[in-house]
Amino acid sequence: MEPRISPAQGWSRGRRSWWYHASFYTQTWRGSAASTILFPFLYLTSLGVGVGHLVQRHTGLVQGQTYLHYIAPSLLATTAMTMGESESLWPVLASVKWLKTYHAAVATPLSPVDVLVGKLSWVTTKTFATSVIYTVAISLFGATRSWWALTLPFIGALVALAFSAPLVAYAAGAESDASFTTIYRFAFIPMFLFSATFFPIASYPRVLRPLVQLFPLYHGVALARAAAFGQGSLPAISVHLAVLVAMVLVGLWWGRRTMTRRLVD
Amino acid sequence: MALAYQATRGCRALWLDSAVPEKNNSSLARTKGTPTSVPPILEAHQLTKRFGDFDAVKGIDLSIDRGESFGFLGPNGAGKTSTMRMISAVSRPSSGTLRIFGLDPTTSGPEIRARLGVVPQEDTLELELSVRKNLEMFARYFDLPRRVARERASELLAFAQLSEREHDKVDNLSGGMKRRLTIARALINRPDLLILDEPTTGLDPQARHLLWERLYRLKRDGVTLIITTHYMDEAEQLCDRLVVMDHGTIVAEGAPRALIERHSTREVLELRFSVDDHAQFDNLFSDVAERVEVLPDRILLYVDHGDAALQKVHDLGLTPTSALVRRSSLEDVFLRLTGRTLVE
Ligand SMILES: Nc1ncnc2c1ncn2[C@@H]1O[C@H](COP(=O)(O)OP(=O)(O)OP(=O)(O)O)[C@@H](O)[C@H]1O
Ligand SMILES: [Mg+2]
Repeated sequence: MEPRISPAQGWSRGRRSWWYHASFYTQTWRGSAASTILFPFLYLTSLGVGVGHLVQRHTGLVQGQTYLHYIAPSLLATTAMTMGESESLWPVLASVKWLKTYHAAVATPLSPVDVLVGKLSWVTTKTFATSVIYTVAISLFGATRSWWALTLPFIGALVALAFSAPLVAYAAGAESDASFTTIYRFAFIPMFLFSATFFPIASYPRVLRPLVQLFPLYHGVALARAAAFGQGSLPAISVHLAVLVAMVLVGLWWGRRTMTRRLVD
Repeated sequence: MALAYQATRGCRALWLDSAVPEKNNSSLARTKGTPTSVPPILEAHQLTKRFGDFDAVKGIDLSIDRGESFGFLGPNGAGKTSTMRMISAVSRPSSGTLRIFGLDPTTSGPEIRARLGVVPQEDTLELELSVRKNLEMFARYFDLPRRVARERASELLAFAQLSEREHDKVDNLSGGMKRRLTIARALINRPDLLILDEPTTGLDPQARHLLWERLYRLKRDGVTLIITTHYMDEAEQLCDRLVVMDHGTIVAEGAPRALIERHSTREVLELRFSVDDHAQFDNLFSDVAERVEVLPDRILLYVDHGDAALQKVHDLGLTPTSALVRRSSLEDVFLRLTGRTLVE
């Protein structure tokens, strides 16, 4: 939109928007950080140890792992998805329509793209930090087997961004939040439950397996598991990465359009 | 051109500092009459905004000088906000040319916006955050260092008379306080040009007067103001010069008093009768007044001497339930030019 601006200036404006989102979060988090740290421990204890005990009795190991170790990486991926999603629908519609604080932002040197970049980079930062905590947590439960586990925070951030980018784009163009609950119920809940999150894809009926592979979260979960256990083939990993990166790119392209239309047309 | 702007930017730094004795602002005085020395702060030619196949702004021409208070007066839907958004370098003109500080907003948007203060029609505040945080965080959009942001926030809180409420959540403020905070926020970058879209709509008279007083101060300190309003008294009070807008076009332009003199008579006699519809009086007063406007609830007689005209009305054997003589206002100008009242 502003061809005469050098990339350095554009970058500086994106950073200002990042900073705004970050300080908004620190102003409003109200103890959510404590629950972020506690949650993985509670989750892994109840599901991993509790349900894991039953699984152990009936089927033994799952893909060579205890049930606890099997679900631990998927916890990281699903949490990243949830964080990406929760930051992207209602908060964005509020910023463009209810409070119009993004309108205030584009009355400053920032452009709609700067606001978009700031928002998404903040979501990425936040999920990265949370994923570090989760990586530590699942390691404490013994669910990491490889140095590849060090990539888990990056995977978490990528998964969050892969969901956040298209959802921000969608919300920036939305007229009301009526569809948000539907998206949540009919896209996220099924995705959360059926992305080989809690049981391996081999245990799905054969006809449903390709469907499961259509879920973006499936690829996030698979990546997280591959990293935690240090296993997985290069082609498979490339496909998982490509799906997530494609979602980011589509989201950026779409978000640029909806943000611009919403804020400056 | 850039140099001329910089020279005045230096003086501006003082305009919020109440501790500093009144600075001689003569260098910021209006430059009307000497247009060759300083270029206008804003210039538009055939500026148009189209939404789909609807033209909200239909090719308007504007030239606003540094230090001037310029008004847009017009009813709902006249195209005021659409114009403000274009001259805030936010919304892109559909056609026509626009120069702000001599720069083209389609290519120099960020540079222009860095020097603007914008008070949008709706407050766009962070309701969940404190009054002070709203200012400090906004300052970061202009890349002001944290310390500067804190200092300016304190100054502006005092200016907006919100110092006592600085730690309150914005959600808990009254409408007038939110409006003052929005204005304070627009000043955080010490703008050369402040654009206010209906700054006082929806406020009670007391809150409006307080806001006017604050705007006077800015004006006195040399800030160029562009104000939209559909209150004629606001336009008369605040604007050196204004345009009357209707249906996306400018129907008149000039200083408030000059407009009134040009388009209306010295006085207006307002008559009310105890009838349901005043239309029946349509032709009765042609001998009494230069011009007659029959509104649903009253009749306006445009005359030079209201009392004499009222006497003539009585002589006609008519007894209005109420009769009021007043000076002509911009409302009358608007009625004259558009055939409609400003505030329905
Ligand atoms: N984004 C938009 N899309 C379509 N039409 C629009 C848009 N924005 C404004 N309009 C239309 O353009 C016209 C002018 O609107 P604008 O908001 O500029 O008027 P206004 O003078 O500010 O009115 P008000 O006093 O009510 O604020 C209106 O008919 C409005 O419906
Ligand atoms: Mg408006």
